[in-house]
Amino acid sequence: MGFPLLTIALLAPIIGALILMFVPEDEHRTIKGISAFFTGISLILSLVAYFGYDFALGGYQFVEDLVWIKEIGVTYAMGVDGISLPMLLLTNLIGFSAVFASWNVNKRPKTFFVLLLLLIAGVMGTFISRDLFIFFLFYEVVVIPLYIMVVIWGSTKRVTKEYAGMKLTIYLLIGSAFLLVGVIALYLNAFPVGERTFLIEKLAQAQMSDSFQIFAFLLLLIGFGSLLSMFPFHSWSPDGYAGAPTAVSMIHAGVLKKIGGYGLIRIGLLVLPVGAKFWAPVIAVLAVCNVAYAAMIALAQKDLKYVVGYSSVSHMGYVLIGFAALNVIGINGAIANMFAHGVMSALFFAMIGFVYEKTHTRWIPDMGGLAHQMPRAAIGLMMAGMASLGLPGLVSFIPEFTIFIGAFKVYPVLATICISAIIITALYTLRALANVLFGPRRPEFDQYQDAKGPELVPLVVLGSVLVLAGFFPSLLMDMVNSGVEPMLKPLMDTLNSAPAIGGGF
Amino acid sequence: MSFAQFSLNNAWLIPMLPFIGFLLIVTFFKRMEKTASTTAIIFSAMSLALALGVVAAIAQRPELIEEPFVRSFRWFSMPGLEISMGMMVDTVAAVMLFVVTLVATMVMIYSTGYMHGDPGYTRFFAYLCLFASSMLGLVIATNLLQMFVFWELVGLCSYLLIGYYYFKDSAREAAKKAFMTTRIGDFGLLLGIVVLQLNLGTLEFTELAEKLPAFAAAKPALLTLIGTLIFIGPIGKSGQFPLHVWLPDAMEGPSPVSALIHAATMVVAGVYLVARLFTLFHVSPEAQHLVAYIGGFTAFFAASIALTQREMKRILAYSTVSQLGYMMMALGVGSLTASMFHLMTHAFFKALMFLAAGSALHALHGTADIFEMGGLRKKMPWTAAFMVIGMLAIAGIPPFAGFWSKDEILLMTKLHGFTDLYILASLTAFMTAFYMSRMVFVAFFGPENPKNHPHESPASMLFPMSVLAVLAVVGGLVGTPWTEHGFGYWVRFGEYHHPEADWTVMGGSVVLAVAGIALAWAIYGAKVIDAEKLKQRTGFLHTLSFRKFFIDEIYQWFNEKIVTGAGKMLYWVDLHIVDGLIDGMAYITGKFGEQLRLTQTGQLQHYALVLVGAIVLLVLLMGIVGADSAMALMGGGR
Repeated sequence: MGFPLLTIALLAPIIGALILMFVPEDEHRTIKGISAFFTGISLILSLVAYFGYDFALGGYQFVEDLVWIKEIGVTYAMGVDGISLPMLLLTNLIGFSAVFASWNVNKRPKTFFVLLLLLIAGVMGTFISRDLFIFFLFYEVVVIPLYIMVVIWGSTKRVTKEYAGMKLTIYLLIGSAFLLVGVIALYLNAFPVGERTFLIEKLAQAQMSDSFQIFAFLLLLIGFGSLLSMFPFHSWSPDGYAGAPTAVSMIHAGVLKKIGGYGLIRIGLLVLPVGAKFWAPVIAVLAVCNVAYAAMIALAQKDLKYVVGYSSVSHMGYVLIGFAALNVIGINGAIANMFAHGVMSALFFAMIGFVYEKTHTRWIPDMGGLAHQMPRAAIGLMMAGMASLGLPGLVSFIPEFTIFIGAFKVYPVLATICISAIIITALYTLRALANVLFGPRRPEFDQYQDAKGPELVPLVVLGSVLVLAGFFPSLLMDMVNSGVEPMLKPLMDTLNSAPAIGGGF
Repeated sequence: MSFAQFSLNNAWLIPMLPFIGFLLIVTFFKRMEKTASTTAIIFSAMSLALALGVVAAIAQRPELIEEPFVRSFRWFSMPGLEISMGMMVDTVAAVMLFVVTLVATMVMIYSTGYMHGDPGYTRFFAYLCLFASSMLGLVIATNLLQMFVFWELVGLCSYLLIGYYYFKDSAREAAKKAFMTTRIGDFGLLLGIVVLQLNLGTLEFTELAEKLPAFAAAKPALLTLIGTLIFIGPIGKSGQFPLHVWLPDAMEGPSPVSALIHAATMVVAGVYLVARLFTLFHVSPEAQHLVAYIGGFTAFFAASIALTQREMKRILAYSTVSQLGYMMMALGVGSLTASMFHLMTHAFFKALMFLAAGSALHALHGTADIFEMGGLRKKMPWTAAFMVIGMLAIAGIPPFAGFWSKDEILLMTKLHGFTDLYILASLTAFMTAFYMSRMVFVAFFGPENPKNHPHESPASMLFPMSVLAVLAVVGGLVGTPWTEHGFGYWVRFGEYHHPEADWTVMGGSVVLAVAGIALAWAIYGAKVIDAEKLKQRTGFLHTLSFRKFFIDEIYQWFNEKIVTGAGKMLYWVDLHIVDGLIDGMAYITGKFGEQLRLTQTGQLQHYALVLVGAIVLLVLLMGIVGADSAMALMGGGR
């Protein structure tokens, strides 16, 4: 085993959190500086992983194996491939930006940043572990800081922050209850006593009956689906994001909910291909509900965060239908789109958070003409909005196009509905942006300053990723494909021969 | 290597140079006005030089008419989907490269005068550079997806420039409307691209040209569908009926923008796309007929609205819609040559007219209504002269540029047997001559309005107009029926047929044009016919035309009531039914928990009771199913 790159990346925020415990509460700058430093280390290490990853070789790289609990087959197994590497990168891009987006948090900053660092570490752990037990462990770690952060630093608008925090947590927990049952069933069913293991790549080789796969996949679908805000388990998402503080909205919408899509692919599809094939048509239909229904609702929103909240639900529909296509192109698109949406929504929430921090309003009718006072924030919001409506040259166009190609092959009618949603998406995005940024100058906003110094970091970091991956999509797509192609190839026969619910439609 | 050869080999520099200009302005020259505009002009002029080099190179290599010059690289790929980016230069692209770089350079020079003193001066030039770059990228696209990428980017620039005066509510709304309306078209285009990719496995223009004939023979209905879907994109972008509504509103942008984007270049992208996919429309007669009839109808319809409009730029905008209809119709009846020829001449004279209009509006500080102008020719002789040249060109008076290209379109429409469209197009030509001369007579002739204090524009504005004016006069001579190896020899699809001059078509269109001008003179110049009476006489028709057939109102109603209404309704459903269901479940769980809590009494005898009860149950269970199974059921095992 060589240099434990992934472990260090994972430990950096945890060490940061430990150090923060010994920093006095009123040393605001030190607290923020330490947080930035340690998330920065993780970001640099994940960039090292990206540039060091051999795309031609594919498969898991930077592998670490350490038997932990031999009796039940738990291994501290780390590693990244073309599917988890974009998620690792995304986590740290957003985590680093989230620290700077919280630069003006002055209410109990020590606790806030400790929790933030733990949250980042928890999310990162789920993506880089190759062991289902460890995956689940990190997933549960995430819940605790999330709840506390919403309840203490959140904001009360349509719903109270307590309600929002509770809703967010309960959905996560209900989802994880289904997951837990599914995971245990999988563990017990895959291998006889003595050979049992939680290693995902081993589980994928187990022979499991079709009926079991169908049953277990359903459990995972409910669990991961509600995390991914799949219709009808989506309503936590707008309320939760609205109540949460900026950093939590960024991390939750940006990466945390992607654990759902990641899990569906990594565990659902890889380990239970027959189950995935069986339920795929149902997922496709629900995906269309996500895309079209949530986009329509976003039209009716007046709170900026609710617009983005419903928009995020809508975009997850693209991920789901790309997944449901169960072909190389669709899954490539689904994973790439998780990355794209992560960058875009994190930037969106960062900018909204910034504007809200200054103006204390997110109510669209009360805003207007902010491009006069905050041209930089306006650029950030425009970039995020344009990425959201799938403008070519920004990160999300190619993933969406790829999904459309993959999905149309299998579900032409459903895919057409999804494509038509680009009109509604443009409508609500442009409406919100126009009403917030443009129009006559409002003197009541003249006292507020534009983003500067550390406040600009999220815009610069996420904005440059947005443009770079938009102009050079192969930076993203080659990485994703290096994971998807070898993963799907051995599964193709099973996927083609297995029955789908209702014979597929 | 000659300069021409260098230009052809490095045609990718043509879009790249303005992009570099854009980057320089936004990173270094944000506060240096003079430097910013000079940078923009220099980079754009270098592109123009390269574009001329490309034209010269092609003139030396006639084989490029049939075999485009292609260079590309892999943009991204995965099994089953390979997309490249690159450059494809043939005569059609060369014409566009020349037109776009020329008009862009002229408009930039003009803008140094027009935008002088504007607080967003450098931002304006940055946007113009970005636009020029995107538009040129679109022109040299090697495949449909690359074209779509730049297609959307020019749409973005158009959005930003229409909303340039973002502090004005009207500009903000117009920008949004432009984006949304073209977005509807883009949905069709994107869907068409997806279906095309899935059925033919490629989006490269050269490969499509090879594969399409066989595909058309095998699946004609599917190809018609693909053609129709793709054509929705150009309907939106090129302002064809029924998605034309955004273009007149787009006049909220500064006049140079209207000249560059909303007259000469971006709005013809739709025409260019159909021309690029001529291999597809050529083998799909139904789709091609759709193009012809949508184009023909749009030409007529927009002209009928332009008859009664009062704002100068709005008249020009409807005239643009109408002329775009001509170009579309030419493609639909099967003449790539006529369409591209008119595209080029239209760029000259329409850009000229918009710049002249800008010059007038600039002098009048925002008076837009032509009936409040009057007699401008006295104080603004140059502007008036340019406007008259533009008017004569668009009306189709020989030997001005518009005459030759319009004649070619009419001729081809008649030759290919579209008699109905020929009559419609001729009527449109009459109306065009009428409303354009009406505008000129009302605004530039007659008595001066004492409220106005116009003055002639500076040389920086007059120079670019004079360049365009020269081209509007002589630009059509490259394609007269008497030109040897003229425009039609170079820009064509299939075999070269030298068109014979058709005196009836030519004579007919001249008579109609003169009649239109004469009628306008009779009403607005000599005032032989009373305009007010005419208005009352035509009553309902006049209202219909003046209110643009109420199409904007219908769309607005649909958008506000139906679409947004549905959104509000679904939001209610989401809050009360979908979320209500989940909240209801939480409520039930809560109640259940409360009941369950009652069992936690803290009294030992209650717990003992439960314990005994459980043992009794367990024993009973063992008795019924056997000890082993009962243990297994309880979760134990050996």
